Amino acid sequence: MKKYWRSIEEYQAIQKQDIEKKEPEPEFSIEGMSDEEIKGKSNRRDFLKMLGFTIGYATIAASCETPVRKAIPYLNQPEEITPGVANYYASTFYDGHDYCSILVKTREGRPIKIEGNELSSISKGGTNAKTQASVLNLYDNARLKSPRKNGEKTDWASIDKEIIAELEKLSAESKEIILLSSTVISPSTRQLISEFSKKYKNVSWITYDAVSMAATHQANKINFGESFIPTYNLKNAKLVMGFNADFLGTWLSPVEFTKQYSAARKLLNGETSMLRHVQFESTYTLTGGAADDRIPIKPSEEGILLLNIYNYIAAKTGTTTYNAPNTSVDYKAYAEELLENKGKAIVFSGTNDLNIQLICNGINALLNNYENTIYTAKRYNFKQGDDQAIEKVIAKIKSGAAAVVHYNVNPVYDSPKGAAYKEALDKVGLKVSLSDTMDETASVCTYVCPDHNYLESWNDAEPQTGIYSTQQPTIKNIFDTRQVQDTLLKWMGKDPVFSDYLETYWEKNIYPKQSTFTTFKSFWNQSIHDGTAVLETKFKSLKFKPANLKAPEYNINGAELVLYEKIGLGNGKYANNPWLQELPDPITMSTWDNYVCVSVAFAKANSLSQEDVVSVNGKFELPVLIQPGLAKNTIAIAIGYGRTRAGKVANKLGQNAFGLIYEKDGFKSLLGNSIKISKIEGKTYPLALTQEHHTMEGRSLVRETTLDKFLKNPASGNEQHAIDQAKNTTLYTKPKFTGFQWGMNINLNACIGCGNCVISCQAENNVAVIGKEQVKNRRIMHWIRVDRYYSEDEENPEILHQPVMCMHCDNAPCENVCPVAATPHSGEGLNEMAYNRCIGTRYCMNNCPYRVRRFNWFEYANNKDFDYNMNNEVGKLVLNPDVVVRSRGVVEKCSSCIQRIQEKKLDAKKENRQLRDGEIKTACQQSCPADAIVFGDLLTPDTEISKLNKNPRVYNLLEHLHTLPSTSYLTKIRNKKS
Amino acid sequence: MYNKKVRGILVEGNKSYGQISRDIIAPLYAKTPIWWYVAATLAFAAMVFGVWAGYITISTGIGTWGVNNNVAWGWGIINFVWWIGIGHAGTAFSIFLLILRQKWRTSINRAAEAMTVVAVICAGLFPLLHMGRIWNAFFIFPYWNTRGPLWVNFNSPLFWDVVAISTYFMASAVFWYIGMIPDFATIRDKTKSKIKKKVYGFFSFGWVGSARGWLRFETASLLLGGLAAPLVVAVHSIVSMDFATSVMPGWHTTIFPPYFVVGAIFSGFGMVLTLMIIVRKVFKFQEYVTRGHLDAIARILTFISLIMATAYTTELFIAWYGGQEYEMFTFLKNRVTGEYTLAFWTMVTCNAILPQLFWSKRIRKNITIVFIMSIFINIGMWFERYVIVVTSLSKDFLPSSWASYSPTLVEVGLFVGTLGIFLLGVLLFFRYIPMIAISEVKGILKKTSK
Repeated sequence: MKKYWRSIEEYQAIQKQDIEKKEPEPEFSIEGMSDEEIKGKSNRRDFLKMLGFTIGYATIAASCETPVRKAIPYLNQPEEITPGVANYYASTFYDGHDYCSILVKTREGRPIKIEGNELSSISKGGTNAKTQASVLNLYDNARLKSPRKNGEKTDWASIDKEIIAELEKLSAESKEIILLSSTVISPSTRQLISEFSKKYKNVSWITYDAVSMAATHQANKINFGESFIPTYNLKNAKLVMGFNADFLGTWLSPVEFTKQYSAARKLLNGETSMLRHVQFESTYTLTGGAADDRIPIKPSEEGILLLNIYNYIAAKTGTTTYNAPNTSVDYKAYAEELLENKGKAIVFSGTNDLNIQLICNGINALLNNYENTIYTAKRYNFKQGDDQAIEKVIAKIKSGAAAVVHYNVNPVYDSPKGAAYKEALDKVGLKVSLSDTMDETASVCTYVCPDHNYLESWNDAEPQTGIYSTQQPTIKNIFDTRQVQDTLLKWMGKDPVFSDYLETYWEKNIYPKQSTFTTFKSFWNQSIHDGTAVLETKFKSLKFKPANLKAPEYNINGAELVLYEKIGLGNGKYANNPWLQELPDPITMSTWDNYVCVSVAFAKANSLSQEDVVSVNGKFELPVLIQPGLAKNTIAIAIGYGRTRAGKVANKLGQNAFGLIYEKDGFKSLLGNSIKISKIEGKTYPLALTQEHHTMEGRSLVRETTLDKFLKNPASGNEQHAIDQAKNTTLYTKPKFTGFQWGMNINLNACIGCGNCVISCQAENNVAVIGKEQVKNRRIMHWIRVDRYYSEDEENPEILHQPVMCMHCDNAPCENVCPVAATPHSGEGLNEMAYNRCIGTRYCMNNCPYRVRRFNWFEYANNKDFDYNMNNEVGKLVLNPDVVVRSRGVVEKCSSCIQRIQEKKLDAKKENRQLRDGEIKTACQQSCPADAIVFGDLLTPDTEISKLNKNPRVYNLLEHLHTLPSTSYLTKIRNKKS
Repeated sequence: MYNKKVRGILVEGNKSYGQISRDIIAPLYAKTPIWWYVAATLAFAAMVFGVWAGYITISTGIGTWGVNNNVAWGWGIINFVWWIGIGHAGTAFSIFLLILRQKWRTSINRAAEAMTVVAVICAGLFPLLHMGRIWNAFFIFPYWNTRGPLWVNFNSPLFWDVVAISTYFMASAVFWYIGMIPDFATIRDKTKSKIKKKVYGFFSFGWVGSARGWLRFETASLLLGGLAAPLVVAVHSIVSMDFATSVMPGWHTTIFPPYFVVGAIFSGFGMVLTLMIIVRKVFKFQEYVTRGHLDAIARILTFISLIMATAYTTELFIAWYGGQEYEMFTFLKNRVTGEYTLAFWTMVTCNAILPQLFWSKRIRKNITIVFIMSIFINIGMWFERYVIVVTSLSKDFLPSSWASYSPTLVEVGLFVGTLGIFLLGVLLFFRYIPMIAISEVKGILKKTSK
């Protein structure tokens, strides 16, 4: 390039530049770059760039917080499994205590929900809370994952080898082998056990129930010559008189009784009479709450009262009377009523006392109730346990028994002789437990051969004479477990395939007894499909032989004690189930604990207040809960707590009250013992109640009336409804729906408050467990709750139960206050919740007059602070894939099981037909043992719900607020004698 | 309109214009006093406590608060409403007293407006932290989106809140700032520090004090004032609708908007009183914030407290007269005689009864008593919000759901934290901004001083 210059200086400068330029040029141009850049230092621009990038990247990374989780599709599509579509299998729930015929809902091969089996002639589609929760037991991380020897993991081959060798040795030496089991109602298993006994000769099979009915057996043996438990039919009765028998809650066959009871008391089809129920009881039970008349009696009064009633009736009918002490209870009117209902009454007692059971039998015989309402030939196979079982085992061990096999029993925990039993076991050479968890008994056994969960096993059951029930696996065993029957078969040296054994048993023993099916295969397939088979059996009733009656005598020193089973926890077998622990007791509304229930008067007299800690007989400490309606000088404590080896949920919760069982004449009774409590000054223990205010404050929330008034005016008790309807006016147009408008009705006369719906909903809708601390903070997550109110006298109040869930108001107060429109109203009348949209202002919760909205105060899933089923990979398998698991900070509530509505709507669409009424069943409704809930379309006039809503008993909760709820209630009617 | 005979002298000590500038700017030049550092450290510590509480709230969840399924709002909302109430002082002073031609406002409005801005910031924190999912807080703004588009719920009082409070905050802040421009220019001109000259120069927007500048300044102030006046009424009316539009007994009342606005001004004036008594004492501004000023505020408080008493009585009367059992329970049983008696009567005593002492001139003249009273008023107003929020929620329609509520350390921490922010804000204001509007005081000097 030619260079021009204007001055000498410039020329020289150019010259100089040219010289410098001769230096070798760098490989790439750094022209225009600053020194810092060349040296690799960053300047302000870079800083800004990097800052921008960092913030931008962090924002993107943070907003896409959900990690990608890969789902692997089926390599080979399994037969019968369609992803996203549920399969249902009929099966049987029986745990040695409760029985239910069930349908198991499985999704992609895993059971996620228990439904009632409507084909069953016993449970008729109903379940109870324990049955509902049992699906979670399948995924309990505390279950044994392999067989154990001395607590160490081992494998089946070696454990079998050792046990068989031992058994054969003992058999050869003619040493006694004890098989201790709970009541087995499976006919095939019974046969298997007897074959096992034959194989090893000296096997004694002893049946042990933690809570037994041995006195009933014994009384029937005396009165009828045979040991059995009769069946009852409440539908045929006009009057039921229960004495400490919680027959709707925990006694004998509660689901079946509830079905019969509610059917006889619904008053929906123009009936002019209803079953009357009088309950005499010492503690307040669910059954007492449902009763028309409830009379608190001390345990020691029960026998005396019954004998007086017997004498009254006997005197009137001209039979022998017996010497009876006077009773303070005014029983004459009730005895008179029994006489009026001769042949249409049932008198039963839940007390395991021979004298009391004999008197009950006597009264029923005098009233001619046998074969009219009580059946001696059609029997229950439940509760065959021997009250002396543990004593017998201890005696046998002392006299040389060398092996004990435990099947579905846990006597170290639940026998009053537990400690002695544990000590006796030390002397036994071969100690085997077949328990599926390392429970108190299993942990002192040498070998533990874990059983399958019942959802993994084949089995059958004969709950009542002639009524059979089948059980089939709904999932392959999750852990390395083996079902007990297979274990026994293996030890007998046979091919361990119990399903074949079962089928053969049915072919040989049950198939021949029926005439409907012509081939066994069709009979078998139908039975497995239905889950139940009923054989036409001819019953030969037994003749009653009177026995000598006397009232039992008690030696009371201090206060009288009643032990009781809680609705959720029962005898403590499922203590490690967090759903059951968190189910509020329907009477005390307490969760996660047992406690000493005292009456209001007792608390006053002994200056006790709620949550004070008392020492019980100086043995252990429990908090006080003041329970109105307890009998005078009576104290109630729940059994089933104080587990030490149930798992991390249950351990150290409450105290074990089995040691307080009353033993007399060889019977073990929950009632009758004496107890002394002394207040520990200055010590309190918080109780987690889900309801802390117990009266309705005179508000017409649960509306009730009596039968007399109802017959005169069907709208009686519901007067407020007419007043509110008259004032019901608005400036706005009423919302209109096309297609469907979903509605629900709850019959308060049918509902007994058992809490089945709560657990059913929890299982269906992935409702989180939050633990005692958070329940105490009043943050329970249950979408449906059962409110309990007391009315009248504080020493014997009446109880009113009211299930409350989202009312799906058509004029919902929650909807218009949400700033982000996260809870809109659907075109089908549902109040919907968009979790993704919710930002958690909680205004909707405040503005819901029914208080049914729940907030995720914490992250309840995958959080070690809430170490329940949603915090481990096994426990999470129970989650319903149709329902999202809610995250922290969002509001949730009842959705009317929208996933079920959608499923059935799609089914109808696929089949190109109209939806049928009753096709959609919400989770709470499906398994309700009382059939108290009806769900359906309000727009179609002939649906059940539409018909019910025309009933004069119908009202809405808080209808004066003009929220226009889609959920209505029917008034409660008590059959009171005026 | 009023002359000195009624109001007394507004600026004492026979000041000259130059002296006023010097007096008011003096604290900005003086060496930062020890007490300032002590107070700032305290405020900072309180703030750190608040930051910890905020961190816990956001990282763990609202579960760390004492609120529950039945009492879903607690201290968070109580404190929100309380701070918003306090935040009414400045604008009320500037606007209402301007409209009423009350010249005495000039020495107080600057501090009151500063308080407003800081208090509204404190208030705004609560609804945010109170959200279950704060990271989605932007959902509450009506922005165009691809989700439908999905709009906010224009029916929800909470959305009205967002609009009202953000508008109010912006209007108040701008109003406050514009008022400060001439004073910043004064500092710029007086200061010898180069940095200060630059900073104040920047903030004074090149103010030269020309007649044209003053004309624009006055017009802008007037326009903003006119805009802010309805906002004062609107903001607390809307906050009251958070409650009034609900169905809860004790909330669902038509008296709420005026009752809340008056209550807010009451608490705002109370806070102004507290603050000005401290300021005049510490910075020796007795000649600007005279006993006459305090007397005027006390008289206003007496009047407002009568309105408060009327509101309380009306609520009780209507609850009884309406005959609705839920309303009757909430007011007559739950509040007056029930579990929340203590809170209710504290509220009545502090807000309706104690201020009546101001009828006595001797009490009004006693600065110590006036100071204590001003604190009582703010305690009373806090309890008013407590009574409203907690009593109605804890015992509402279905007795089965009744639950008690008590705050946790985290909630207390958030409250203490906002107190820290407030104190720190006020301290910074003391240090860097003329506490009294110099130009405005000058404007009234000739008319009202000796």
